[in-house]
Amino acid sequence: MRKLGWILVFVAIGIFISTLFLNHYTVLGKVFPGKSQILQMIDLGVQDDQKSISTSELRSMKFAMVKQMSDGPVKKHPISFFMLTFGLAALGSILIFIESFKKSASEQNLGVFHQKLTSRKWPAYLLLLALVAFYVLLYWFPYYLVEWTILVDPIAQLFNSEGQASHWFLYGFMYSYIMTLLGIRMLIKYRHNNYQIIRTITVWFFQIVFAFTIPEILASLNGSWAAIDLKNMWPLDYDFFNNGGLITYATESQPVMVNGGGLGLGFLIWGIVLFAVLVPILVYFFGKRWYCSWVCGCGGLAETLGDAFRHLSDNSLKAWKIERWMVHSVLVLAILMTILTLFTMFTGVWGVTGFIQEWYGFLIGSVFAGVIGTGFYPVFGNRVWCRFGCPLAAYMGIIQRFKSRFRVTVNGDQCISCGNCSTHCEMGIDVKAYAQKGQDIQRASCVGCGICEEVCPRGVLKLENKK
Amino acid sequence: MKHIVIIGNGISGITAARYIRKNSDAQITIISAESQYFFSRTALMYVFMGQVRFEDTYPYDQDFYRKNRLNLVFDRVESIDFSAKTLKLKATDSIVYDELILATGSKPRKLNIEGEKLEGIQGLYSKQDLEKLENKRNQIQKAIVLGGGLIGVELVEMLHYQRAEVDFVVRESGFWAEVLCEKEQRFIEEHIQSKGIRIHFNEEIRSFEGEGKVCQAFTKSGKKIEIDFAGITIGVEPNIEFLKNSELELQEGILVDEDFQTNIPNVYAIGDCAEHRNPIQNRKKIEQLWYTGKLQGKQLGENLGKGESQKYEPGPWFNSAKFFDIEFQNYGFVSNTKKEGQSEFIWKKGNKMFRLLFDSNTDEFIGINAFNLKFRHPVFDHWLRNKAGVEEVLQNLKTASFDGEFSKKYEEEIVRAFNQEIGRNVQLKKKMWYQKLISK
Ligand SMILES: Cc1cc2nc3c(=O)[nH]c(=O)nc-3n(C[C@H](O)[C@H](O)[C@H](O)COP(=O)(O)OP(=O)(O)OC[C@H]3O[C@@H](n4cnc5c(N)ncnc54)[C@H](O)[C@@H]3O)c2cc1C
Ligand code: SF4
Ligand code: SF4
Repeated sequence: MRKLGWILVFVAIGIFISTLFLNHYTVLGKVFPGKSQILQMIDLGVQDDQKSISTSELRSMKFAMVKQMSDGPVKKHPISFFMLTFGLAALGSILIFIESFKKSASEQNLGVFHQKLTSRKWPAYLLLLALVAFYVLLYWFPYYLVEWTILVDPIAQLFNSEGQASHWFLYGFMYSYIMTLLGIRMLIKYRHNNYQIIRTITVWFFQIVFAFTIPEILASLNGSWAAIDLKNMWPLDYDFFNNGGLITYATESQPVMVNGGGLGLGFLIWGIVLFAVLVPILVYFFGKRWYCSWVCGCGGLAETLGDAFRHLSDNSLKAWKIERWMVHSVLVLAILMTILTLFTMFTGVWGVTGFIQEWYGFLIGSVFAGVIGTGFYPVFGNRVWCRFGCPLAAYMGIIQRFKSRFRVTVNGDQCISCGNCSTHCEMGIDVKAYAQKGQDIQRASCVGCGICEEVCPRGVLKLENKK
Repeated sequence: MKHIVIIGNGISGITAARYIRKNSDAQITIISAESQYFFSRTALMYVFMGQVRFEDTYPYDQDFYRKNRLNLVFDRVESIDFSAKTLKLKATDSIVYDELILATGSKPRKLNIEGEKLEGIQGLYSKQDLEKLENKRNQIQKAIVLGGGLIGVELVEMLHYQRAEVDFVVRESGFWAEVLCEKEQRFIEEHIQSKGIRIHFNEEIRSFEGEGKVCQAFTKSGKKIEIDFAGITIGVEPNIEFLKNSELELQEGILVDEDFQTNIPNVYAIGDCAEHRNPIQNRKKIEQLWYTGKLQGKQLGENLGKGESQKYEPGPWFNSAKFFDIEFQNYGFVSNTKKEGQSEFIWKKGNKMFRLLFDSNTDEFIGINAFNLKFRHPVFDHWLRNKAGVEEVLQNLKTASFDGEFSKKYEEEIVRAFNQEIGRNVQLKKKMWYQKLISK
């Protein structure tokens, strides 16, 4: 079963990749077999425009042009190809995941250091390369992925009649698809643990409904609306103030208030209330886990796709030191950038604002959160971004560390220093260092995933909120 | 500066060093022939089963030794000249001490039967034992494990992970009969058997046969079992071979007083290798546990650091273990058969069970064995120290529970069953923050 599952997954991936090469491109009645030729032509055609529009706009333009020209089997039979790729891979994955039914509670994490994929052997590096390549293409060369967006056009049609999936729609769909499948894996693997079951369903729900469906519906309601993820918040959502829908920029020199009506203002107020009022209150009562491992999309992917790699997070003191420096620096940077943005908005003076926004978006938003954050799961563990980069996690961490009822309680002197907890902590917290001293764990970075509690063979750890 | 030398870098020796350092600037040297750094013996099985790497079992990182100025020597002590206070080492120069702590731990007990030296037969105690086992992990298909105790069941689990067929040979009529009552024995045995393990009770191995490598084991009852591996886990004994024929007074272990003094001044023994002349309460003369090693190391370390000689006062007994999927927690002395004047309450549901003992006359709570139900150590410790009554324990079960959030709760059922069976009217109290309960 397991073998058959893997075969199906590999066949599906093979077909998925080959779809990128199956179509041909029709320009003014002439047919071209490959993308490189037409991209050259497009580049020649847009040479003049290049100065007047931004690189991201240029990217979208090229994407739209290639998509329009793309024609062939994938275009004609998107649903069949969808079934042969996404459908087949789902079937294969399920066949692999149901194997976990054969394992009992204490067997679920055995062997992670013996399997090649999860112990930094060659398959891990192969997966890393694939993930990184995907992110690079998605962020900077989306026009190479046109056929994949065609596969999901029928789904985009559910949201708007044009049914033209952008590469961001593709990403949102794949994200939800992967979280669903690997969420099923989590539910089977931890079927004996109610905390894991409830948490997995919740984080999956927030992805499907709040990160994917609602934004798509909002976007289809009003074209001028940026897709809004109601649960994503500043400072993780770093362009909340400059791209949140209320304010956009007509030109660099003139920020313009867009009249988004009551809804737009509502979103702005909701966003501010969320991070300024709700976050401190919820973190005080429940710890930052309410967001990081129950709601957040990045956390959601880490807890599903990333689960198999959590034991690879570095739990040395040195890593902790680097973590504190990095994550707080990003927080400071995000705050500074926001101050600059607001300054520009109210005064109209641009200065370095645009430059900083662009570089923050590139380095932190794309390279760190995406390429490294997810791409490096198989080598550095599943929470690289959440631990070293997320400014929101840093902000909540400060509250959690100094003012929260949440802790991982240590059961007296029952610890036998076996090291299972520290090894499987995705945040690289040396849990055992506290447990063997009988000291509760109240660390800024703990996301309350509950896996330390799950893997402890002596029932020494318990996540709880002090009454 | 005073030079304190510790032989053995296990939990006892390292804990002693930690506590000496808290109060003293003495020069501290720790010698071990087993491993460069202190590792957790209890985690050997998880290394074998690929859930952690060996380096993950280090309780302290290298920084710890540097910060605490602990000088580590990776060598074997061959003999001790107590009058010259000198240790003779195998590979490096002799070491002179002012004070000596013997924390040499245990070694697996031997069977002393024919064929025991054949290749493929081993115990499970040291890092070297683990390495030996790792080296032949892929060749093991049919194994037997002798000895129905805690290390035995761990070895069975390891071999099961490796997909070997396992015969578990137990001399007694039940599993871990030294500690568990018959109902508990059956409860655990059924679980072990459900994994496909064959258990042979009231059975012993008389001899092994094979050409260089073990092929067969012959039992007392005349059975022949074809095997390619045999694990001998029939208990451990103090590792004191190199101390024999010296002035040090030995029995089964190194004899010590309540403050860990041996018969030789400035020489102490703690942990698995120490034998108490006057054990406290119902404790054993030789305590072979991680927890007790830690407690003993702490007491001696404080004594030497402060220059005092406080007696060993370990507080109420507790223990824990795991049998495949069943986690076991124990608070207080719960003997395998209830003693005169003790009353017993047993509750069982599915894969959960517990047994509670209390005094028939005074109602004093004596102890609890819990299987797959977790309870708070500080709360039970508080009750045992304060001689709480059994009704107080049951009333506060919700607060004492340590089961995970959102897990199914059994307190109501348990109390109802208790009231019915024992004829009481205990009312369950609301859950409170456990620290409030113990500060009362
Ligand atoms: C597989 C296994 C699982 C266990 N699980 C549990 C458990 O779950 N809970 C529990 O409470 N207990 C458990 N125990 C028991 C527990 O590990 C021991 O009680 C504890 O480790 C003893 O600690 P110690 O410091 O006294 O001795 P040790 O840990 O044995 O350390 C002694 C060290 O001294 C070294 N040494 C001895 N002689 C010399 C010499 N002449 N020169 C140099 N070095 C020397 C030895 O090589 C060894 O490294 C388990 C034991 C095993 C083997
Ligand atoms: S300490 Fe435990 S709950 Fe917190 S992040 Fe680490 S494994 Fe998860
Ligand atoms: S997993 Fe449990 S017993 Fe092992 S080190 Fe962590 S807290 Fe201690």
